[in-house]
Amino acid sequence: MLSRVAERIYWLGRYLERTENTARLLTVYSNLLLDLPRGTRVGWHTLVEITGSLQDFNEKFKETDERSVNRFLLSDQSNPSSIISSLSYARENARTTREIIPTEAWEQINNLYLFTRDNMGKATARGPRHQLLQDIIAHCQQITGLLAGAMSHNSGYNFLRIARSLERADMSTRIVDVGSFTLLPGLARGVEFQEQSAKPFANMIWMNVLHSLSAYQMYRQHVLDRVNGEDVVTFILQDAQFPRAVMHCLLKLQSCLQHLPNNEASLAQVSSTLSYLHDADIPALLQGGLLEYIDELQVEIAAIHARIAETWFLPVVSGQHSA
Amino acid sequence: MRIDWKTYNPGAFYDELISSPGHPRKSGRILARYLSSLQSEDLQQRKTAAELAIKAMGISFTVYSEAGNIDREWPFDIIPRIITEKQWQKTSQGLEQRLRALNCFIDDIYNEQKILKDKIVPAQLIAESANFRKECLGMKPKHGVWAHVCGTDLIRDTNGQFYVLEDNLRVPSGVSYMLENRKVTKRVFPELFENYNILPITEYTSQLFDTLAAISPRQADYPEVVVLTPGIYNSAYFEHSFLAQRMGAELVEGGDLVVEDDCVYMRTINGLSRVDVIYRRIDDMFLDPEVFHPDSVLGVKGLMRAWLKGNVALANAPGAGVADDKVIYTYVPAMIKYYLAEEPLLENVPSYLCVDEKQCQYVLENLDKLVVKPANESGGYGMLMGPQASKKERDEFARRIRANPRNYMAQPLISLSTAPVLGERGAEPRHIDLRPFILQAKDTYVTPGGLTRVAMVKGSYVVNSSQGGGSKDTWIVSEEER
Repeated sequence: MLSRVAERIYWLGRYLERTENTARLLTVYSNLLLDLPRGTRVGWHTLVEITGSLQDFNEKFKETDERSVNRFLLSDQSNPSSIISSLSYARENARTTREIIPTEAWEQINNLYLFTRDNMGKATARGPRHQLLQDIIAHCQQITGLLAGAMSHNSGYNFLRIARSLERADMSTRIVDVGSFTLLPGLARGVEFQEQSAKPFANMIWMNVLHSLSAYQMYRQHVLDRVNGEDVVTFILQDAQFPRAVMHCLLKLQSCLQHLPNNEASLAQVSSTLSYLHDADIPALLQGGLLEYIDELQVEIAAIHARIAETWFLPVVSGQHSA
Repeated sequence: MRIDWKTYNPGAFYDELISSPGHPRKSGRILARYLSSLQSEDLQQRKTAAELAIKAMGISFTVYSEAGNIDREWPFDIIPRIITEKQWQKTSQGLEQRLRALNCFIDDIYNEQKILKDKIVPAQLIAESANFRKECLGMKPKHGVWAHVCGTDLIRDTNGQFYVLEDNLRVPSGVSYMLENRKVTKRVFPELFENYNILPITEYTSQLFDTLAAISPRQADYPEVVVLTPGIYNSAYFEHSFLAQRMGAELVEGGDLVVEDDCVYMRTINGLSRVDVIYRRIDDMFLDPEVFHPDSVLGVKGLMRAWLKGNVALANAPGAGVADDKVIYTYVPAMIKYYLAEEPLLENVPSYLCVDEKQCQYVLENLDKLVVKPANESGGYGMLMGPQASKKERDEFARRIRANPRNYMAQPLISLSTAPVLGERGAEPRHIDLRPFILQAKDTYVTPGGLTRVAMVKGSYVVNSSQGGGSKDTWIVSEEER
C-alpha cells in the first residue's frame, strides 16, 4: 500500500470519527443546558474549548451563545473543526482513495456530505438541529459498519481503525478536561474559581460528560455507586472494555499496530502511553494535578500520531507543499 | 415536456437522429418512436434518475475559476447518439491508420528525421515547435511507439461525413466519462438495450492495461503499472482515479515516487517498491524538475534519466506532443502517404497555416469567416470564433497572428452536426463532436464510438466541459434487426 494512501485513509478515519464526536457533543450540550439555570457558568463556550478552537471562534463571533456556537461547530465552512469541514475533509480523503475503499463507502460518505451541506441551513431551531445531528450520527455509524463489513481487513483497514482509536482517545481526554475544568476547586488555571456557580450541578455535569460519550448506560452497569467525579474520570480514562475509554482505545490501537510492518517505534510509544495511563492515581489527581496530567496525556497521544506519521506516511519534503 | 419530432427542426445542419421534421433516420427509428411515446412525467423522471445516478456515483469534474476550484457534477444528456456500425468501421480504420502514421512521425523526428530531409514537413516547424523536446533525441521506445493513448476529435459536416479536427497526443482525457455515460444510460433506459445491437465499450480499461503492460521494460509476469496524477485539484482527477481503480493500478502523485540508481520506485508502507510503467497524466514540462520546470512539485526528480536509460516506460512518451500541434496536424495526410504508403481514410478539416505568407494573408483578410487556433492550446482556450467575435477581438487576434505566425492556424467554420437534447420544452437540436480513443503498443485498439460532447447552449459550437459543454452516451449499432 502506498504511503500516501495509508495517510489518506488514516485521515479519513479521523475526520469521520471527529464528525460523529462533534455531533454527539452538540446534541448532549443542547440537552444539558436546558437543565441548568440561566447564568450558570457552564455555557456554550465549553464546547468551543473542547474542540480547541477558542481563538478562531473569538475572531469571528462576539457572543458565545447557542446560535453562534452551533453555527461555528456545525455549518461554518471556515472553521476547520466544524462538522461540515470535517465531512468535507473526510470526503476529499475518501475521494482520493476511491480506488482502495469500497465504492459504496465512497458513495455513502459523499451522500452524508451532500445531505449535511443541503440541510445545515435549516438547522438553526433546536428541533430540526437535533434531527440533523441524529441523522449525521446514524449515518457515520452506518459508514463505520459498512467499512467493517465490506472492506478487507488489510493494512488499509488497520489504518482506519488506528485513526478512529486515536481520535476517540483524544476526544475523551478533552471531554474529561472540560468536566474537570468546570468543576474542580482550585484547579482552573488562572481562571476565576468556578465551583460556586457550578457545584450544585456537579452530578448533572458528570452525567453529561458520560452522555457525551454514550457512556452513561455502560457506566451504570459497571459502577454501582451514584455518579461521581472519581468514578467517572476513572471509567473514561482507565476502563479497558468501554469503547470510548482512553485505555480501551489505546489497547485497540496496539492490536492494530501489531499487523503493520516496521511498527517498533509506534508500539514503543503506545506502551509508554499505556503505562502512563495505567499508573495514574485518579483520586490523588482529583485533589490536585488532573489538568496537568491530562495535558501530558494529550502530549503522549500526539506522540503516537507523530511516530505513525514518521513511519508510514510520506516524508515532508522541504519546499513541497502538502495539498 | 413531451417529445414531438414534427416540431423538431435541425434547419440546415446535419442532425444525426432526425433528417427532417418528423422523419427519424433509419438507425434511430426505434429510439425516436420510443422517446415520443414517453409521457412528460416519465421523461422528467428519467432525467432526474440520470442526475441522481451521476451525483451518487460521484461522476464529477473540476472547473478552475477565480473563486477557487469547484467540483461539478458531470453534465449529461439522456438521449443517446446513434452511429451505424457501417459508418463507424471506416472511421475506426482511419483513426488507427492515423495513429500509426503519427507514431512513425514522432519516432522519425527524434531519430533520423527523414521526413524533414525529404522536405515533406518543413524543418523550421519542428525547430520552432513548443512541444519538441531535444532531450528525447535518439530515444527508441519499445515498439517504436511514443503516443500510446490518443484522443482524436471528430466532427461531421452538413453531409454527415466525419472530419478530424485535432489529434490529442499528450494527455487526452474523457474516456472515463465515455464509460460512465454508458452505465448511466443502462440505468435510465434499460429497455432500449433490448431493441438495439449496441457494441459494448467496457473493454477499454483492460485494453489500456494490456497496452501499458506491453511496454514494460522488465519481463515480469505482472509489471507494476501506475497512474501518475497531478493530484486532486486537477480537472481530470476523477478520471485518473477511475482508470487506476479499473486497471487495478496504483494511483500515484509525484511525491509517491523516487528515482534511485536510475530506477523508479514508489514509497509504500513496506518501503520502496519498483515501478515498471507510468501512465502519466501530467504534462511534459512538469515531469522532471531536473530536466524541465525546475520548480515543478508534480513530477519526479530523475524520471527522465530513468526513462532514457530504459528502466521505466512512460505513456505517452515525453516529446510525443510534437505531433499534437495544430500546425503539424495539417501534415498528417502527407505523413500517412509518406510512412505507410496508404491513402488517408479520414479527412482533415481544410486548414490555413499562418506561417505561410500567402495563407496568412488570406486568414487576416477573412478573420470574420474563420476559426483561428493557437498551435498548442487545448480545452478550447485561446481560440477566436471569427463569425461570432467582435471587431475588437478580431483586431487583437490579427495583432497576435502577425507577432507569431508559426503559432496560429485557421479553419473555415464547419457546420457541426446536431443531435437532440432534452430541454425544458422537449427535444432541441444542439451541436456535437466526438472523441474516440485509440491505443497503440504492440497492437492497436479503437473504442467503438467515443465521448460525444455537446454544446448545451443553443447555436453554440463550444463543447468543452470546462466551458459549459455537456455529453451523451454514444452507440455504435449494427443494423441487423433483432
